[in-house]
Amino acid sequence: MYNFTFHRPTTVRQAAGLLARNPEAKLLAGGHSLLPVMKQRLAQPSALIDLSLVEGLSGVELKGRSVVIGAMSRHADVAASPVLAEHLPALASVPGAVGDPQVRNRGTIGGSVANNDPNADYPAAVLGLGATIITNKRRIAADDFFTGMFSTALEEGEIIVRVAFPIAKKAAYEKFKHPASGFALVGVFVSKRGPEIRVAVTGAGANGVFRVKSFEEALKKRFAAKSLEGLSIPATGMNADIHASAEYRAHLVGVLARRAVAKATA
Amino acid sequence: MSATGIGAAVRRKEDFRFITGKGQYTDDVVRPGETRAVFVRSPHAHAKIKNIDAGEARKMPGVVAVLTGADLAGDKIGNLICGWMIHSKDGSPMKMAPHPALAADTVNHVGDAVAVVIAETLAAARDAAEKVKVDYEVLPAVVDPAKAKSGPQIHDVAPKNTIYEWSLGDAKAAEAAFAAAKHVTRLDIVNNRLVPNAVEPRAALAEYDAGTDQLTLWNTSQNPHVARLVIAAFVGMAPEHKLRVIAPDVGGGFGSKIFIYPEEVVCLWAARKIRRPVKWASERTEAFVTDAHGRDHVTHAELALDAQGKILALRAKTIANLGAYMSTFSSSVPTYLYATLLSGQYDIPQIYCEVDAVYTNTVPVDAYRGAGRPEATFVVERLVEVAAREMGIEPAELRRRNFIKSFPHQTPVIMAYDAGDYNASLKKAMELADVKGFNKRKREAARHGKIRGLGYSTYIEACGIAPSQAVGSLGCGVGLWESAEVRVNPTGSVEVLTGTHAHGQGHETTFAQLVSERLGIPFENVSIVHGDTDKVQFGMGTYGSRSGAVGMSAIVKALDKIEAKAKKVAAHMLEAAEGDIEFKDGKFTVAGTDKSAAFGDVALNAYIAHKFAGQELEPGLKETSFYDPTNFTFPAGCHICEVEIDAETGKTEIVNWTAVDDFGTVVNPMIVEGQVHGGIAQGVGQALLEGAVYNDDGQLVTGSLMDYTMPRAHDLPSFRVETTETKSPSNPLGIKGCGEAGAIAAPAAVINAITDAIGTENIAMPATANTVWSAMRRSPARQAAE
Repeated sequence: MYNFTFHRPTTVRQAAGLLARNPEAKLLAGGHSLLPVMKQRLAQPSALIDLSLVEGLSGVELKGRSVVIGAMSRHADVAASPVLAEHLPALASVPGAVGDPQVRNRGTIGGSVANNDPNADYPAAVLGLGATIITNKRRIAADDFFTGMFSTALEEGEIIVRVAFPIAKKAAYEKFKHPASGFALVGVFVSKRGPEIRVAVTGAGANGVFRVKSFEEALKKRFAAKSLEGLSIPATGMNADIHASAEYRAHLVGVLARRAVAKATA
Repeated sequence: MSATGIGAAVRRKEDFRFITGKGQYTDDVVRPGETRAVFVRSPHAHAKIKNIDAGEARKMPGVVAVLTGADLAGDKIGNLICGWMIHSKDGSPMKMAPHPALAADTVNHVGDAVAVVIAETLAAARDAAEKVKVDYEVLPAVVDPAKAKSGPQIHDVAPKNTIYEWSLGDAKAAEAAFAAAKHVTRLDIVNNRLVPNAVEPRAALAEYDAGTDQLTLWNTSQNPHVARLVIAAFVGMAPEHKLRVIAPDVGGGFGSKIFIYPEEVVCLWAARKIRRPVKWASERTEAFVTDAHGRDHVTHAELALDAQGKILALRAKTIANLGAYMSTFSSSVPTYLYATLLSGQYDIPQIYCEVDAVYTNTVPVDAYRGAGRPEATFVVERLVEVAAREMGIEPAELRRRNFIKSFPHQTPVIMAYDAGDYNASLKKAMELADVKGFNKRKREAARHGKIRGLGYSTYIEACGIAPSQAVGSLGCGVGLWESAEVRVNPTGSVEVLTGTHAHGQGHETTFAQLVSERLGIPFENVSIVHGDTDKVQFGMGTYGSRSGAVGMSAIVKALDKIEAKAKKVAAHMLEAAEGDIEFKDGKFTVAGTDKSAAFGDVALNAYIAHKFAGQELEPGLKETSFYDPTNFTFPAGCHICEVEIDAETGKTEIVNWTAVDDFGTVVNPMIVEGQVHGGIAQGVGQALLEGAVYNDDGQLVTGSLMDYTMPRAHDLPSFRVETTETKSPSNPLGIKGCGEAGAIAAPAAVINAITDAIGTENIAMPATANTVWSAMRRSPARQAAE
């Protein structure tokens, strides 16, 4: 690890100010992606702005027909949230499937969503539920937020403060774990909210999380696993590495989508 | 059996300090004035070093020294060596290339060290290491053993990158047997390369005392005396009596800490040079590219059978990847620890094996839990399983028909098996695994989209390594006996100094059980001392499941001498003839009288020597023994693995595991069970999860735990572990050894189960979900259906 300055602001405004004054600074939300690369000396931020003392950034609340989750909410807390257990259990299962207990007790939704790791779980849920990312400056729809691998619509100085998830009657997440890292080799989040159907895939795409329109169309006729039978997606555009070929990832998208729909309709 | 004697499941003494954080590992040892070393390592698999510019690094704050390969050569520090000579078929000796502790001219694998930075703190050393500028001329690399012979030349001494072309057995007789065979099974097998990953990474701390000209090395070693011998006699660091090696608590080795590594040599050399202690501790990432890897064989194997399924002959041609340099015992692993076990548990009249060992631009490969025997078992057990399927004979039945049933049995490949009952372990395992109910379970699983398969592995290993004469005749540079010293204190408590070393095995417990039972003294009154060349006279260390069979046998021999001497002392105390003294349950008695003396009283009398004249009987009660075994031991058994494969994803889940092992005498069943669990976990790791992958440029793609999959608890079922027992006739306790069995047995059991499930034999390890899914798509049954 190289030397850096460590800041602990107590308000979002202070944090944004620090970020503006330190262009090479990084926000520290959970640190479980950032700190390992800093330890390996692969990242060298001039400063870390720790958000853990900023008030009002954590908690899961029911607001109308949405569940709103503070950006600094830890995975373990979201997974155990009684609000989610009652209104949107499929969402609770997403942070529950992340990493190991250490990661779940430090990692946050804001950190995960802002990092947009192509194998992370939360982006599938955010896109798969059509959530809204609320920053210190604006509200961004999920469909506009994820712009590619490790890349988002966040602008310089912009800090995620909350993520609002509309409550879907039917929703589920199915994950095939990467055997070594525990990230999603492929993860599929499906939801049905009134007429709106979403199928979002993480882990598989070379460009990060994406929606499968052909599956969504098929599910519009009937939201049932049977509707997806025989459907698949092409291997082009899928990730390929020593752990899984593009063909296999494409195949898993179909399998997991069917299983997710089956789970959502069970 | 006493509550703490042989056969009792005594809780491990050492665990208290380990689980309360009181263990003392090499990195925990801190010496006054200690400096930290960070190595500058090659990012290239193969390159010429054109220039090293350490000028800027030397000026960095806190830097004490920057040393290079040229400095090392200038100080005439010798190369690391491989201590087991193998001769090729044509009689020529193996081609051992120079292995300097710091490369001066050429780097031969990613991670090869070219310089070391020594600084006041670890952070300062790291900062400066980044400033060492190394100018490389990158050369083409070869990583695949099958391509090594036609690859770019790595070492001048080894044309075609070939270290040796060795063979064992009678080629012509095997040829004739194959010609007469009714059925021949052929398999191409890759035994995947593994990265050891002990929990404690390697470390070394060296200190030089200028007053006495004495060097001390604390290091993570499985065999500190061998380290001292090699570093003194071959590297030429210091005379043996001026070098002390201490291997304190060591957190796992699995073979990877047997070897003498560059880093410990460099720390010693540097400590003397800068006159301050030098510590190096590996990071996990560094361990991946410096700890000796395991396995990495490419084999074509054939089995010849008659019409009844009787095996006539076995042939194997193996290319073994030894990496960029010959590590300490690397040459023996794919030869005498591999081909000698190709008879398995079977009566095979003819066996012929050829092994070509090659250099590649990869981390050196050496012994890893099982060392050669997992590779042999995988060849034999895959061949037998596939032959049975091809011939339409039940796999268990084919095994039964070929089991060796009378002992001793001389195989065609050196080994003389001395005891075993292979049918007993197979039968017991089949009952415990409920093989009869398998078809019902398979049908039930199919209803849930799961494909079940069942695989056997009736393995054998040669342990208790090893009779010195035997290994000497095969090229080993050292004898493989073991020593023990039993010191009885005046108060009757006992210290046992052993030349073995514990790094997870629980010797402090099991060895104390032996002493407690034999001397009839409380278990708590026995301490086991190991891992310090200043305390223990000499020893060969721990590997090859040898500590029980060889190390404890040495203790038995020393205890025999203690008893003999104590009887003399007791005779004086009890005023009786020495021949009338009997010793039982910690008490010396005079036959036919009620006179007795407790062990502690005899110990005290031995030291105060008031009852006898020192001229006729020496005071004291301390004895030493060097025990050399008469044969290898042959642990064997049957493991049955039952898998369930997700038909849609190809993901394999192990649903049942049954292990029935014959380890001879079991000293502590709880510890033995733990060894079996760990071994199976490692074997399952090899079969399903682990595999070191290099790309064509020689970069280790699986360079961290994010990409290299170590087995986790959730990858494994609860094991059913039982034993059968035939005593080893080759040592006084009848012990065979248990440390490697699981890792040896498991891979074949897993792959036999998977191939049974999916109906195709063509599957590589690790059998990841993707691999199994692809194999299912290729399987003949599926293609026929399509």
